[in-house]
This record gives sequence, C-alpha cells and structure tokens, in this order.
Amino acid sequence: MAAALAIPAARYLLVPPRPGRKEEWTEAGEVSQLSPGSPVELVFRRNRRDGWRVISEKNTVWVVRKSQTEVVAFAPQCPHLGCAFHWDETNRHFLCPCHTSAFSLDGAVLSGPSARGLDRYPAKVEQNRLLVGSEVIPGPRAAS
Amino acid sequence: MKPRFSGVLAWLEERTGLASAAREFLYEPIPASSGWRQVLGSVALFLFLLQVFTGILLALNYAPTPGEAYNSLRYIVTELTGGRLLRGLHHWGASMFIVVVVLHLTQVFLWGAYKKPREATWLVGVVLLQLALAFGLTGYLLPWDNRAYWGTVVTTQIAAKAPLAGPYLLRLLGSDGSIGVVTFARFYTLHVLVLPAVTALLIGFHVYLVRRHGVAPAPEDAGRPPKPFFPEQVFKDTVAIFAAFALLFTLAVAARVPLERIADPTDNTYIPRPEWYFLFLFQLLKFFEGPLEVFGSIVLPGLAMLALALTPFLDRGPAVRLGRRTVALGVVGLSALAWAGLTAAAVATTPRQPAELAVDFSQPTGWLQLAPAELAGIGYFRAENCAACHPVSGKEAGKLGPDLTRTPPRRSAAWMIAHFKNPGELVPGSQMPPIRLNDKELSALAAFLLKLSPANAEALHAAPDFAVQGAMLYQTHQCGACHRVNGVGMQVGPPLNGLSRRRTKSWVERHFREPQAMSPGTSMPAYPFPPREMEAMVAYLFSLEE
Repeated sequence: MAAALAIPAARYLLVPPRPGRKEEWTEAGEVSQLSPGSPVELVFRRNRRDGWRVISEKNTVWVVRKSQTEVVAFAPQCPHLGCAFHWDETNRHFLCPCHTSAFSLDGAVLSGPSARGLDRYPAKVEQNRLLVGSEVIPGPRAAS
Repeated sequence: MKPRFSGVLAWLEERTGLASAAREFLYEPIPASSGWRQVLGSVALFLFLLQVFTGILLALNYAPTPGEAYNSLRYIVTELTGGRLLRGLHHWGASMFIVVVVLHLTQVFLWGAYKKPREATWLVGVVLLQLALAFGLTGYLLPWDNRAYWGTVVTTQIAAKAPLAGPYLLRLLGSDGSIGVVTFARFYTLHVLVLPAVTALLIGFHVYLVRRHGVAPAPEDAGRPPKPFFPEQVFKDTVAIFAAFALLFTLAVAARVPLERIADPTDNTYIPRPEWYFLFLFQLLKFFEGPLEVFGSIVLPGLAMLALALTPFLDRGPAVRLGRRTVALGVVGLSALAWAGLTAAAVATTPRQPAELAVDFSQPTGWLQLAPAELAGIGYFRAENCAACHPVSGKEAGKLGPDLTRTPPRRSAAWMIAHFKNPGELVPGSQMPPIRLNDKELSALAAFLLKLSPANAEALHAAPDFAVQGAMLYQTHQCGACHRVNGVGMQVGPPLNGLSRRRTKSWVERHFREPQAMSPGTSMPAYPFPPREMEAMVAYLFSLEE
C-alpha cells in the first residue's frame, strides 16, 4: 500500500507536466542594429508557460553578433547563483556584481566562482530578424 | 551491534516512553467476542489519513480562487503524471469515508455499544459523522465546474432557509447575494484548515475514549477472559484496511471522476444535483411545498441528527444480544429502506444530461480548438480504421504503416489526397487499400492528419463521438459557407463559438427545423436532421468555446 501511494505521489511531484515543452521562437529585435563584437541587451516580450497558465512577460537577452547570419544570445542571469550580470565596456568582459564572476565575449569563465560559462538561448536570424528560442542551453564548464 | 541498538531503544524509552506506550496499545485487553465487526473504526481512520495525504498532494498544484481553481485542477488531471489517480483517490475516498463512517455508526448502534459509560464516545462519533458530511459539502465547490457551482447554490439556499439563523448562516458562508470569491475562500478554508484540524482533534478524543472505556463487550462475553488487541484484531484490521484500499484504488483507476464545463452563473439550463449520499435529502425537499419546505430542509434532518445524538440517553436498558434488539434492527432497516427509496426516486425523477453528449473536461480537450474540417477528419480517420495499421501516439511500434505523427517530411494535403485515392502509385509497394471517400471527405481527413503531432495525438483521440459526428454533419452541409467556427469559415451568418451562452439547445434545434419562425428574414435554409443527428449537431455547437 505504501508503494501504491508513494510511487504515484513521487511521479506526480517529480515528472515534468505533459505535453512536454516544445521550442518556441520569439522575435527579439533586428540584427542590423547590432555591431559585431559589441554586446547589446535586448528587451522583448514572450509567452512563458507557468503551470496551467501561459503568461506574457518581459525578457532580456544579451546578444553578440558574430556575423551577418550568426548571433549568440546569452541568458541574462549569471550561471553561478542567478544574479543579473552586465557588460563592462572598460575591461571588455561580462561582470556579475554579486560575486564578481567575469565572462569573456564568447561566454567563457575568465575569473570568479562560476562553475560554467554563460547560459545561452538558441538563436537564429531570419530576414534581419533575430529569433530567440525558449530552452536554456547550459554554458560550458569552466576550465579548472 | 545488538547491545548498542538495545541501548538506543532503552534511551528512547526512558526519554519518551514510546515503547511502553506502543506495548500498552498493542496488548490492550479487548472482549473475547471482538472480531470483524470492530474493524470499521480503523478503516475510517485509515481513510481519513488517506484523504489528508491525497488532499495535500492535490493542494500542491491547486490554486484556490474561482479564477484559477478550474484550470489548475484541469492541469492536475490532464498534464501531471498521476494527477488523475490522486484526484480519483481523493474523490472516491471521500465517498468511501462517509460509507465506512455510517457503517461504523450502524454497527455501534445495532450492538448497543453506545450504552453507559460510552455515551461521550457515541456523541463524538455523531459529530465526526457531521464533519465528514461537511467535508463533502465544502469540497464539492472546489473543482469550480458547473456541477460544483450549482450544487453549492442549492446548499447555500438551504442554509438560508434556516429559521432566524438563515441570513446569518448565508453571510458566514460568504454567499450573501451570490456565490463568488468570498464563498470560495470560506469553503476552501473550512475544507483544508478548519475541518481537518477539528476532525483530527475529535478523532484523537474518540480513540482516547474508546481506550479509556475499552471496546464494548457483548452479552456473550460475560465470564469469558479478554484477549489482547495484538495479533488477532490487528491482523483483521489490517486485512480490512487493505481490502478498502484495494477497492478504492480500483475505483480511482477505473471510474471516471466528472469534471464539467467551468462554472457559469448565467447558465439557466443546468440542473444541479448533490453528491450521491445527499440525494435522499434532495428528494425529501420535493415533498414539502411552500412554507412547509423548511421542514424538509432543516427541521426533519435536524431532528434525525438530534435523535441520533440522544440515542444513548433514550436507550438506557441493559445490553442484550443483537437478536433481541428488535427496535434497533427495525430503526436501521427502515432508515436504510427510506434512504434507498428516496435516493432511487431522486435518480429516477431527475432529468439527466446524457453523459455521451457532454464534454469531459477531465480529459485533454485540444480537439475543441480544431476547425470543423479537421474534427470531421477524425471521424473519417475512425470510420476508415486507419489506426489499425498506423501508429499515432509514437508508442505503438510494429504496425504496418508509418507513425502518422512523426512521418518526416510532412506531406502536403494534395499529396495525401492523391495517396489516399491510389496508395501504390505514390508509394510503390504500399499495402494500403484505397480510401473510398469523396474529395471533400478526403480533404477533411488530410486536414486532420496535417494537424497531428506527438504532442496533440492524445488530445485529438479524446474527441468525443458526438463532436466528431456534429463536425462531419457541419462539413457535409457546408455550414462553413456562412458561419465561422474557431476562426475558420465565412461570416455571412453569426459566428458559432460561444453559442451556448447566447441560445438554449431547444431554440437552436427549432432554428434548424424552422429558421424563418425563429429568425424571420434569415437566409438560412431548414435542416430537419433526424433526432440523433440533431442531438450530435447541437451538442457539438454547444461545446464550442468563446
């Protein structure tokens, strides 16, 4: 009896809800407004599934244009403990104000306690429009 | 190792006394005649604990406000793994709890186990029965579907009829004026905070009293030495609890728990019904008209509860064998007969909406968003038995044809229609027989298949037959040439989404038969569908959400 209750209860609490989340692309801005090598923080709205609701909310993403067709989109939270980081133009790196983790232009850890590089969103360019996906791709582990 | 373990036990015993308390509990002497008839109290306690367990789990994903309750419950039963099972356990567990409490009370009543010095134990038991019923009444509102809403309207109106206290009761229940957010908050607070706390305290007190006075001996126990509670009675209690759990689990897996359309206070066609164990009261009300109604709703049930509570003080004779308790047997027999008769009459005389024509909102309802052609395509898919060869859920391997939710790359509608007509031509070696449908039907089938994906296959399969049949009729009669459904179709006539909020079913049926009589000057031709088709068509149109 304990198993007949504990197993469904554990599955109820731990298995992700159906149907599984599928990739959704949202337009974040125009690629022509980005200069190669200069990160820009873009703000846009997108729908997010929150339990039984779908809510439209403000999202930010740090984007770095690499070429006409290639753009990298970093999730705006530091992978260490989730603080919002910013671009330090003087030192040319991303800096988290909480625990001073620093990340290079391509998201790799330069210094500080973060165990991995910046997380990314899938990004693609279609007719000058930058489309950002919803699934977060964890950043690469920091070199020890 | 062993001495250390016994050292821990000795420490625990010295500090808490738990081991000796457990020993005292297990080896408590009980009358020699004790046996199966004494298991009901333990089963009731187990079911209460199970309700607490499943209730907590449901509450972890439930938002207790009218704006969110219904959608969060749908999320639990349609999207969370095991959610339907947990709701089933809680729903059927509530019914089973009441049944077992009533059986427990009946057993105690029949054997006269309430006699001195056990009057207080009985009184607490009667209060616990009322608390169990209060759980049922307050929990009934929480799904916030039409059934919950309208059932609670009736409940609160009955409370309002109470002499003198009526208006105050109504205000206490937060339904002064109408059922709304305040009513919901009151019912939820009662259901998850007040009632569980009071019930747990009273169960504790009830068990304490049972232990204080001991299990009531039967007359045949005179002169026989008592036996310990463990192991014989513990074994019987465990078997009974296991049997109750097995039955409950089977019900939760096999029996559908209803979830209707979201509560609609403007729905003037809904016929409210209470939970099955209150149906006798519902029927009783029909016998009392006008000013006498208060007798059926308040006075008679109140007197019955009072008589139940006063039983130990009315029957103070010495304990006798069950066979000689003719009055008690008669009271139980007549009560059971009256309850069964009134319940049967209530079931027989209340018009029911046929379940096969109602949308089951405890299932995925993605099909509600389909265009009529796509929904009709499901009908052709079923009629042609395509699923016999093609898997569509991604789980049925080994079938002849490809999985229609995954076949890459997705074909165009034109390719599909050509393939349906002559499968071997486009797919050499195909064993698929040609589909004998006309072009319009084939195009509906293709429209459905283009919508199919692994994510929505389950929702599309849940489309009820009435809706599919209605959509097929809609397609056949080209209703979309004038009307719009789910954003598809022309707008010569009114859009049909939300029709149930604007018209009654009888109005729509008559409009199909005699459009000019209902809407003078309309360009809509008459559609005198046969009765079954009319039912399906109207039920489909009424399922379309705004």
